[in-house]
Amino acid sequence: MSGPPTLSSRTTHADDLAAFRGGMNDNNVVMRTQGVCKVYSMGTTQVHALRGVDLTVHRGEMIAIVGASGSGKSTLMNIIGCLDYPTSGTYYLDGVQVEKMSKNALADIRNQKIGFVFQGFNLLARTSALENVELPLLYDRSGRKVNPRKAAREALERVGLGDRTDHDPNELSGGQQQRVAIARALVSSPAILLADEPTGNLDSQTSIEVLALFQELNRQGMTILVVTHERDIATCAQRIIELRDGYVIRDEAIRSRRDAIGELKVKPGPEALPTS
Amino acid sequence: MKGSTLIKVASQSILKNKMRTLLTMLGIVIGVGAVIVMVAIGQGAQGQIQRQIDSLGTNLIVITPGASSSGGVSRGAQTYNRLSIADADKIRNESLYVNAVSPVVWTRTQAIGNGNNWRTSINGVSTDYPVIRNWDLQYGRFFDSSEVRAQRRLVILGHTVAENLFPGEDPTGRRIQIRNVPVEVIGVLEPKGQTASGSDQDDVILAPYTSVQTRLSGWSRIFQIMASTSTPAELPRAQEEITSIMRESHRLSEWEENDFTVRNQNDIADAAQSTTEVMTMLLAAIASISLLVGGIGIMNIMLVSVTERTREIGIRMAIGARGRDVMTQFLVESIVMSVIGGMLGVAIGFGAASLVAGATGWSTAISPETVAVALLFSAGVGIFFGFYPARKAAGLNPIDALRYE
Ligand SMILES: Nc1ncnc2c1ncn2[C@@H]1O[C@H](COP(=O)(O)OP(=O)(O)O)[C@@H](O)[C@H]1O
Ligand SMILES: [Mg+2]
Repeated sequence: MSGPPTLSSRTTHADDLAAFRGGMNDNNVVMRTQGVCKVYSMGTTQVHALRGVDLTVHRGEMIAIVGASGSGKSTLMNIIGCLDYPTSGTYYLDGVQVEKMSKNALADIRNQKIGFVFQGFNLLARTSALENVELPLLYDRSGRKVNPRKAAREALERVGLGDRTDHDPNELSGGQQQRVAIARALVSSPAILLADEPTGNLDSQTSIEVLALFQELNRQGMTILVVTHERDIATCAQRIIELRDGYVIRDEAIRSRRDAIGELKVKPGPEALPTS
Repeated sequence: MKGSTLIKVASQSILKNKMRTLLTMLGIVIGVGAVIVMVAIGQGAQGQIQRQIDSLGTNLIVITPGASSSGGVSRGAQTYNRLSIADADKIRNESLYVNAVSPVVWTRTQAIGNGNNWRTSINGVSTDYPVIRNWDLQYGRFFDSSEVRAQRRLVILGHTVAENLFPGEDPTGRRIQIRNVPVEVIGVLEPKGQTASGSDQDDVILAPYTSVQTRLSGWSRIFQIMASTSTPAELPRAQEEITSIMRESHRLSEWEENDFTVRNQNDIADAAQSTTEVMTMLLAAIASISLLVGGIGIMNIMLVSVTERTREIGIRMAIGARGRDVMTQFLVESIVMSVIGGMLGVAIGFGAASLVAGATGWSTAISPETVAVALLFSAGVGIFFGFYPARKAAGLNPIDALRYE
C-alpha cells in the first residue's frame, strides 16, 4: 500500500493520542483497519475509493471524518459499519475479524455491535417512532433478554423524544427524525455509533442540537464516528481524520474542541436538549 | 424473528398499503369465488341428479333383453328378446331377496277424455309396480291381481296426464279412450318430477300388463322386468340370484352368454354421476384459471413491491435483518394476503352461489371440503407466487438497497 509520504507521521500522532488516552491496551481498541482498500468495478473502469486505510479507534472516542466529496468517506463508513466488504485489507471490530465473515454473520454484527445513522434518516414510513426504534431488537438473535417496547421507549427518552413515541416520521421535523434514527442506533447498545453526514439535511440550529446529542452520548461513554464535510461540525469531535482520494491524509487530535452542549445552553433553540 | 413478530411485521406492512393490498387480493378473491360458485353449481347438479335417480325407486333392479355391452365381446345389445311373463313369475317365486317384481310393456298412443286429447305412453305393469317405484297414489286406488288376471280395462293416470285431461279435478271413476278402447280411471299417481335425462316421469298411464298386451299393443313380449329389494345391501346378491334364475329360465348352457342384462340403481346412477363429475371438474378447471391469474397478480404486485420497497429492505438489513428474515417477511405477506383473499373469495362465492340458485332455480351445494381445498389452494398460490419476489428481496445487497432511489 503506497500512500502519501506524510501518512506515517500523521498516524504517529494518533498513536500518541491513544497512548495519552491510556496506552495501547487492546481492550481499549474498538476497531482497527489495516490496509483496507475498496475498488468499484464499473465495466472496464475501476474506481479506487479506498487505497489502504489503517485506522485504530479506541473506546469512548469521538472522531470526525472529513474530506471532499468523493474522497471515500461513505465507502469507509459502510465498511466499518459492515454494510459492505473491503476489496482487500483486514478489519477487526470489537476483537473479531470481520471481513471474512458470511453475510448472515455480518447482519448479526450490524444488529448487535453497530448503530448506523444516515444523512437521509432512513426511517420506515408510516411506522411510528416507537416501532422504528424497536425494529433492531426484533431482529436480535443474540438471545439477550430485552423488552423491545421498553428499550425503545428508553432510547427515545434518551434522545429527548419521550413524548413523540406514537408519531410517524412525516409528523416529525428533520431534527426529530434524525433523533429517532439515533435512538434506533442506540437501542441495541452498540459498540460503536456511525453517522454518515447526519446533519447534511438539517439547518444549522438543528445540526447543533444533533451534535450536542452526540457529545452527550460520547460523554456517557459511546464511541462515535461522524462523517461531515463542514469544519465547524468536525471540531465538535476530539480527533479528526481527513481523507483524500482514498488516502488518510490527516489524523490528529482537535486542540480546541467545540462545545455544542454549552452553545445550546447559551441560546436555546426551538427544540430543547434532553436533560440527561 | 419470532413467528408472532413476523406475522406482526407482515400485517403492519399489509395494513400500511391498503389500496395495494386490496388490489392484490382482488385477483385471489375473484379466483376463489369463481371456483366456489362453479363447484357449487356442479355439486348442486350432482345432488339433483342423485335425488332424481332415487326417485326412480331406491332399490331398483332392471332386467332388459340382450347381453350387457360392457365386459368382453358383445353380440350386440339387440339380440332376440326372450323376456317373458314366465321369467317374471319365476323370479317372484324363487328369489329370496326380491320383494317385488313387475313385467313392463309400453306403447305410445293418444288418450282422449273429458273432451281433451293427450299423447302419452301407456305402461303395462303388475300390482308390484308402486312398491318397486316407491310411488304413492294421489287419488283412488291401484288395480289388484285378480283385475290383472281378468285383463280389466282399468288405468291409473300420471299427474301430468291427469292435469291435461281433467284439469283441476279428481278423475277417479271417469272414462277415457285409448286407441278407441274405453277404459276406466281408478286412480292418479303422485307427481314425481323429471328423470335425470329430463323426461317427465308423470307423463304416463299405468294399466295391467295383461290388458296392454292383449287389448292395447297386441305384443306378447315384455320389454323389461323391474324388481326391487327391501334394502340396498341386498342388491348385489339379488342381482346374482336373478341372473341364475334367468339363465335357468332361458335354459342357457354353461358356455352360453346371458341373453339379458341385470342392472341396479347404482349402475344407472354411476353413469349419470360420472357425467356431472366431469362437468364439475371442467367448471372447477375453468375457475382455477382465474385463480392462477390471481396468483400471477400477486407475484406481479409483490415484484413491484420489492422494487418499491428496496429502501425499506435496505434499512431492515442495515439494522440487522438477515436475507432470510426479509424473505420470510415477504413470503408471509404474500401468504397472509392470499389467505385473506381466499376467505373473502369463499364468502363471495357463497353469496354468488345463492344468487345463481335464486336466479336460475338450479340447486347449488358447497361442501366443507370445497372451502378447505379453496383456502389451501390460495395459501399455496401465496407461497408459490410469493417465493420468487421474496427471494429477490432477500438477495439484495444492503448497501445497494439503501442507496436505491
Ligand atoms: N457503488 C459504487 N459504484 C461505483 N463507484 C462508487 C460507488 N460508491 C462510491 N463510488 C465512488 O467511490 C468514490 C468514493 O465515494 P464515497 O465514499 O461515496 O465518497 P464520499 O462519501 O467521501 O463523498 C467516489 O469516486 C464514488 O464515485
Ligand atoms: Mg458520502
